[in-house]
Formats: sequence, C-alpha cells, structure tokens
Amino acid sequence: MIDWQPLWLSLRLAGITALLLLFIAVPLAYWLAYGRGRWKIAVEAIVSLPMVLPPTVLGFYLLLVFSPSNTFGRFLDHYLNLRLVFTFPGLVVASLIYSLPFTVSPIVSGFRGLSPNLREASRTLGKSDRTTLLRILLPNIRPSIITGVVLSFAHTLGEFGMVVMIGGGIPGQTRLASIAIYDEVQSMNYSLANRYAIVLLGLSFSILLLVYLVNHHFSNPKTLP
Amino acid sequence: MPHPPTSSIRATRMLHTARGPQQLDIDFQWQQGCLLAVYGPSGAGKTTLLRILAGLTPTDAGFIEVEGETWLDTSRRIYLPTRRRSIGFVFQDFALFPNLTVRQQIEFALPDPRNRTTVAELLDLMELRELQDLRPALLSGGQQQRVALARAIARRPRLLLLDEPLSALDDDMRNKLQDYILTVHRHYKLTTLLVSHHLPEVLRLADEAILLEHGKITAQGAPANLFAGRTITITISPGNPAL
Repeated sequence: MIDWQPLWLSLRLAGITALLLLFIAVPLAYWLAYGRGRWKIAVEAIVSLPMVLPPTVLGFYLLLVFSPSNTFGRFLDHYLNLRLVFTFPGLVVASLIYSLPFTVSPIVSGFRGLSPNLREASRTLGKSDRTTLLRILLPNIRPSIITGVVLSFAHTLGEFGMVVMIGGGIPGQTRLASIAIYDEVQSMNYSLANRYAIVLLGLSFSILLLVYLVNHHFSNPKTLP
Repeated sequence: MPHPPTSSIRATRMLHTARGPQQLDIDFQWQQGCLLAVYGPSGAGKTTLLRILAGLTPTDAGFIEVEGETWLDTSRRIYLPTRRRSIGFVFQDFALFPNLTVRQQIEFALPDPRNRTTVAELLDLMELRELQDLRPALLSGGQQQRVALARAIARRPRLLLLDEPLSALDDDMRNKLQDYILTVHRHYKLTTLLVSHHLPEVLRLADEAILLEHGKITAQGAPANLFAGRTITITISPGNPAL
C-alpha cells in the first residue's frame, strides 16, 4: 500500500519553494539584468553555482552551516529558536538555495530579451522604475516567469542528494518521495518504489508539458502575453 | 507682442561612431511653439541629441533649460531625471508596450488614467477608435506610429521629441503621417523637435531647422533659406530615404 505522506511532503516543499522563489528571484533577476556594480558578475556566478555543484556537496556544507554545533546554526537555535538540520524548514531553506538559479536564469533572460526602449519609453511617460517593472516589464516576460517558477517546482520535486544530507529522511517530517523510492529499493520493495516513481514521472512530465503549452500560447501574437 | 519663451541646450559628449570617435558639440536655442527639425546624415549625432534632451543619454558637460526650468547643469550638478522632464518621445521603432492595447497605451501615459476625455479625444484625433482594443502586434507600421504619437502627447508635454518616426514607412504612409504630426503639433500648441534625414519632410513640416554634421551644428534657420543656398551631398541609391 502506497504511503501518500512522502508525496504530499514533496509537493508541499516544491510549492512553498516555488512561491517563495518568485518573490526572491524577481528583484534579484532585475538587478542582475539592469543593475550596475562590480559585484554583479560574482553574484551571478554564485547564484548559478547550484546548477553545476553536486547536490551532496551543497547539502554537506549546508549541514555544517546549519548544525547547532557551529556558529550560525547555534545563533539560529538560541536567538530565533530555529533549527534547520533534519527539519522541514531546513529543507525549505536548502531548496531555495538549490533551485534559485532555475528561477533566476529564465527571468534574467526574459528581462535581457526585452527591447531597452520599453523601459526608456515608460520613463519618458513619467513612470517610476517600480511602475515600469510591474506594469510593463513583468507582464511582457510572463512566459519566463512561469518557466522559472515551474522549473523550480519540478526541480525541488526531484531533489535527492541534498535533501538526504540536510533532512535525513525522517518519516513524516523530511522523508520526501525521492527518498521513499530509495528506501523502498534498499528494502527490495520494487513494486512500491515503482508506484512512487510513476507518480513522480507523471507529475514531472505534466509540469514540463504545461511549460511548453504556456510558452506556445504566449508566442502567438493574438494571445501575447 | 511679447516673444514666446526660449529654451536652450549646450552639450558635449564623445560619440563612438562607425567612423571612429567623434565629439558631439551642440549649442542652440528654440522658441516655444515651434517645430524644429534636426537634419543631418546618419551618424551625425541627431538621435543622441534627442536622447540627451530626454535625459536618456548622459553628457560629458552640458546645460539644458526648457521654458525657464533647468533640466541639466553639469557645472551645478543639476540633473532632472527623465521621468520628471515634461517630454513626449516617439522612438524610431515606436517602443509600444506589447502587453497593452491601443487604449491602454494612452491610459498608461496619463497621470490620471481615469481621464476619459483625453483618451477619447486622442483616439478620435489620431483615428484610432476602431483599433482601440488591439495590441501592437496586430497593427501596421503606420497604425503603430499613430499610437506612439498619441501616447507621447497624452500628458501634454512641454517638448515633443520625434526620433525619425517616419523612417520605417513607405512614401504614401509617410505623407499621411506628416499630416498627423502637423495636426497634433498645432492642435495642442506643442513645441516639437523632429529628427529627420528626409529633406522633403523637413521642408514640409519644420518652421526652423538645424543642420547637424559630424557632431557640430553647421547652420540654423528657416528650412527654405537654410537648404536653398547650400550644397547638400546626397548619395544616389534606390533605398536612400533622402530622395
């Protein structure tokens, strides 16, 4: 019998991560696309790092940083009563870092793909940068935003190496669907592992199909954007 | 009868053109209500001049005063940001917002979007009422130009800046749209600066013209006088818009 809790936990983690990333990624991508400053390239490289880093490496360092035996983890524990090791909030923080480039990159590309005249035209009409962002820029990169959010959702859903390190796979708390598959395979319970895997496969395929459908829809001039 | 208020610009900026670095060095005045054409060959610095007036391109040194208000004075570290300058700008590619309909483009430009009278007046004046619910992707070049013009004048700017707004259009459409420019210029009593390298257009529309060559103003005056006594080099080629 399939235990739905790991799947529910995975969906919850992916949903919260994707939603929070939307609010973090838009201002960050705006700065990376239009901002000035000598640190911009370094920040862009740091943001993109999780794309090339083995998940276990990131998970290992986050485990060290969040551990109550180290300064930062102790600070969180003592002053904010927040423990990020082997807890669901820890998984959320780690997933935010891990999936950040998957949301930021499409939004940066979206901003950079817009004609610079659009921002300038809005300024000549007396509009502030905030109004220009909300009324002109964001609506015109809607496909990039949807792609970024959906990719971070799908990427979080498929996390394994990092969530094992930082979450520990505690049933009911941090045992996500991807960990459940691994556990069932370890127990030679291939049939149950297959059920989890099929649900994840179906979800991932549906999500990517949705992204392509949305992008196809917005590439039509009659519906753009 | 008192003279209308005068505005002026003095500015220098180093330009990086296809022919190498070139100093833009401009100094001229214009009067409120005039339609001033800036004429000159490609690469002379015409667009940069408009962008400096709009505050979109910085100067190395400069001073801009429009109808008594200082927009730029590098010696006193005064710089009025673009959004606080009372301008309307029509870009060469029109820069219409792809997500907004024709009506929404005009409403966006208004300080008070509920000002239905202005929206209705502009839609009628520019003959856009039939197109008001369409987005730019479905409009022809001429229709987009009319929308860009309507949007630029929606907030009644002190200075209307037109950056070769007709260069992408065929001759028939160009003639028709010159009429629209004259109509709005007179109807709203605007002060208009038109960048063009199309001589008939300058002769037809402008009260006054300045000739900009290699970053310097080489002549200023009434277009008929200005161009009658000068030798103007025109390269003969089928696609030359000056012909």
